[in-house]
Amino acid sequence: MSQMLLEIRNATKIYTQRALGGGKREVVALQDFNLSIPRQPASIITIAGESGSGKTTLAQVVLGFTHLTSGQIIFDGQDMSTADARQMKAYRRQVQAVFQDPFGVYNPFYRVEHVFNIVINNFGLSSGKSARREMIEQALNIVGLRGEDVLRKYPHQLSGGQRQRIMMARAYMINPRLIVADEPVSMVDASLRASILDVMIRLKEEIGISFLYITHDLSTAYQIGDQIYILYQGTIAEKGNTVNVIDRPHHPYVQLLVDSVPVPDPNVKWKGEIFLPAEEEMRSSVHSGCRFYPRCPQRMDRCLQAQPPLYPVDTRDHQVSCYLYASEVAAEAKM
Amino acid sequence: MTESKEARHPVLKVRDLKVYYETPKGDVLAVDGINFDLYEGETLGLVGESGCGKSTAAMGILQLVVPPGRIAGGEVLLEGHSLLGLPENMLRSIRWIKLALIPQGAMNSLNPTMKVCDQIKDVIIAHEGKRARKDIRQRILKLLATVGLPGRVYDMYPHELSGGMKQRVCIAMAIALNPTIIIADEATSALDVVVQRIVAQTLLKVKQALGVSMIMIGHDMGLMAQMVDRIAVMYAGKIVEIAPVADLFANPRHPYSQLLIESIPSLKERKPLKITEGITHDPRNPPPGCIFQLRCPFVMDKCRVVAPPGLEVKPGQIVACHLYQENKDGSMVNVANAAGNT
Repeated sequence: MSQMLLEIRNATKIYTQRALGGGKREVVALQDFNLSIPRQPASIITIAGESGSGKTTLAQVVLGFTHLTSGQIIFDGQDMSTADARQMKAYRRQVQAVFQDPFGVYNPFYRVEHVFNIVINNFGLSSGKSARREMIEQALNIVGLRGEDVLRKYPHQLSGGQRQRIMMARAYMINPRLIVADEPVSMVDASLRASILDVMIRLKEEIGISFLYITHDLSTAYQIGDQIYILYQGTIAEKGNTVNVIDRPHHPYVQLLVDSVPVPDPNVKWKGEIFLPAEEEMRSSVHSGCRFYPRCPQRMDRCLQAQPPLYPVDTRDHQVSCYLYASEVAAEAKM
Repeated sequence: MTESKEARHPVLKVRDLKVYYETPKGDVLAVDGINFDLYEGETLGLVGESGCGKSTAAMGILQLVVPPGRIAGGEVLLEGHSLLGLPENMLRSIRWIKLALIPQGAMNSLNPTMKVCDQIKDVIIAHEGKRARKDIRQRILKLLATVGLPGRVYDMYPHELSGGMKQRVCIAMAIALNPTIIIADEATSALDVVVQRIVAQTLLKVKQALGVSMIMIGHDMGLMAQMVDRIAVMYAGKIVEIAPVADLFANPRHPYSQLLIESIPSLKERKPLKITEGITHDPRNPPPGCIFQLRCPFVMDKCRVVAPPGLEVKPGQIVACHLYQENKDGSMVNVANAAGNT
């Protein structure tokens, strides 16, 4: 049996659009993407990137909402493309989701308890009223809420932070091994984000649930994440230990990204000005070479020929997809 | 940053502005008596969590409050003239010429069926009347260049532009008539960090080039640190602290400002998360006394009875909190520290 909880191998997802006039246009949302999450210990894996980088496609693929064009998703040793209905149901139970919009996921006509009743019924989690109530109470306690405060309320009576924590409680109750959290804090107020991030850390440490944390916000990833994958147009630009990657970014794109996060200190201002090439130029080199070529300040001819592989830098698991670091590997090999 | 003090006269004065929303169970006090001045050429940040009334305050200043909301009191003075009670046709001639708004999610406010040039042209013609076509074209191209967009955007439709480009078109529209004041409501919040930086820098450059004053509404403290000169912190309809941005970050005085600063996720060090709840009281029925009492770690008996008045603890730094008192000699004292923190 594999040592990995979740393995994504050479995942490629291509969306085909029919253009006006009958032609076809292909958008490569994810290309030859590899990722693995170990069974033990539980960890928070961040997938970061700008819009269009493929991070939400990745979440959709893992959740089974859409299928890969090629590649494999292997959960607990089982290739999900060959899973039967029973295995799919088990998979759905073990992989839960928390979405971006804490307002849209609730039916406004029902009280909060409805959310819990649905999952308990669907998965046959408990029988009997008191057992059910106890189960809900325990799940709510994990996320720092109390049943008597929230269950009889309607969604609009709760803050975004509370709603998102209830979603975490709902996911927890099903006893999953992995939660895919797609931008869970981006629509919640900055001052309330910590309460959600804290729940993620506790579920990881106390219960042993791993997270695929999808975000465009590097600072929250920096606070809670273990491994980070930074995507750029469907490919991994850089990956590794979150603190290493953000403290010492190597890829020119990741350097720009880290540098652009506004520093909450009026004495440390952005340095220099940046410009973006036009949209159409940015997508032009999609089929060969490095995706960042049109924007890269350090581009070389070589970058156009083929997509750079992942080169290790400083520590073994810190890897960068950039030819600038090809020489380091060569140097290392000589030693 | 504007260091010079010579031209510090306020272009906008907001005095005791109140905006309430009517509901069957009573009025929601969305903005409950706020005061501030906006000086010429400065950028003022208005921050606070969602529901604190910061967008409503902007609507109140622009006189764009729609039912069930209403302006329940106070005054808004633009260059000395009161805006409240002006007839709608007068207000229309002031909006955009004097007071321009970059609305929340501005990029979705563009008309998808109109070319960029036609939308900007509409603004100019609506306020200045017909102009020679050539002049307008020149002017629009110049506006696009000001916000760093290439000339070909002129003939494009909104769907052909990226989010950041659309946002910059909105900035171009806002500055089309050389306004005195720009109000930017979460102008960059839906953008990726790199694009956000580009749009923010565009905004800063435009502001400097035109010398306009700006009110920036948002909740991203990092962005505020980069962009504003002074910052006003709102909580549940009240401004609890207003200070030069450096003072607020270095030494926040109000317990709520302290909490805001502490809860900024850092990219420098990993630190324990600071967990807080949102606004906890019913906005229809705020507690008597201080608005922050239910969440305040330093709450005292006095806070439950008397609403703290604004006190200038340092030049330019005004705090509404009972923790700070003026001594007889005029110096400031923190009550909690003075009592020995027992």
